[in-house]
Amino acid sequence: MSSEKSSQANKNKSAKKGYGGWWFLLLVIALYFLTWNYNSDFINASLKHFQHLLISITPVLGLVFIILWLLNLSKGMQDKLAQLADKNSGIKGWLVAVLGGILSHGPIYAWYPLLQKLENQGARPALIASFLYARSIKIPFLPLMVHYFGMSYTLLVTFYIAIFSVLHGWLVEKIIQKTLPAQK
Amino acid sequence: MNKFKAANTKTLKSFWQLLPVLLGVLLLASMMVEIIPALISHGILGKGILQDTILANIIGSASTGQPIVSYVLAGELQKAGIALLPVTVFIVSWVTVGIISLPAEAVTLGWRFAIIRNLLAFIMALFLGWITVMSLHVL
Repeated sequence: MSSEKSSQANKNKSAKKGYGGWWFLLLVIALYFLTWNYNSDFINASLKHFQHLLISITPVLGLVFIILWLLNLSKGMQDKLAQLADKNSGIKGWLVAVLGGILSHGPIYAWYPLLQKLENQGARPALIASFLYARSIKIPFLPLMVHYFGMSYTLLVTFYIAIFSVLHGWLVEKIIQKTLPAQK
Repeated sequence: MNKFKAANTKTLKSFWQLLPVLLGVLLLASMMVEIIPALISHGILGKGILQDTILANIIGSASTGQPIVSYVLAGELQKAGIALLPVTVFIVSWVTVGIISLPAEAVTLGWRFAIIRNLLAFIMALFLGWITVMSLHVL
C-alpha cells in the first residue's frame, strides 16, 4: 500500500516538473565560465574529460533508448518487466535486481530513464535501490582488483556487496515508507 | 504505424527531460575527475585511520567515473601507506554513493528516494569496509 503511495507521489512530482533541469545546466555552465577566469587550464582539462565521458556514454544511451523504445512499443513487455519488479515479485524480483545491477554496463546516468519507467509501472523502490547498489560489482574489471588487492579481498568485497545490495534495497524501502507523509 | 509514432514520441520525451541534467552532471563529473587526484596528492589523506576512513568515504562519494579508476586510485593509496579500511570504503562509496549524479537521480526517481538511498549507501560503505577488513583478519 505504501509503495503504491510512493509511486503515486513520484508521479505527481513528475507532472509538476518544469525547467529545473535547464536551470541546473545553466548554473553548471556559469560555474565553468566563472572558473575559467581564474584557471583556464583546469577548465580545458575538465572539458577534455567531458568529451571523453560523452563519447563513452553515447553507446550506452543508444542501448537504453532501444530498450525504452521497445518497452514503449510493447505493453506486454512493459507489464512483464514491471511484474518482475513489483511487490509480488518475491525472490525472483530480488534476483533480477541484483543480477541486472551486476550485468548492467556503462554510466548510471544512462539507466535512469529506464528505472524511472519501471518505477512508474509499479516497480518496488527496494528493487531499484538494490539494482543501483549491485552495479558496484563490475565483472570485467575484477581482474584489476585482484591485481591490486588479491583474490581473497576481491571475492570478499564482491560477496559482501551482493549481500549488502539486498539489505540496502530493503532498508531504503522501509525508510521511504516510514517517512512518507500521510495522504489527506 | 501510430503505435511506432507513439513509442518514438514517448521515448524522445523521456530523453529530452533527462538531457540538461545529464549534460550538467557530466560537466560537474569532469571537474571532479580533475580535483580528486589533486586532493589525494596534496596529502589530505594519511592522518589516522578514523579521519582517513571518513575522508575516503566523502571523496569516494563525491567522485564519479568507471569503478576501474577507483581501483587504480585505491591501489595507489594503499601503496602510499593508507590502511585497507579507508581504501575499501573509498572503492565502495565510489560507485554506491553519487553526490554528483544526485540531481539526475532525483529528477528521475524522486528527491526522497535519491537522498535516502545515497545517505544509506554512505553509511553502509563504512560497514562494508569494516566487515571486509575484519573477515580478512579472520581468514
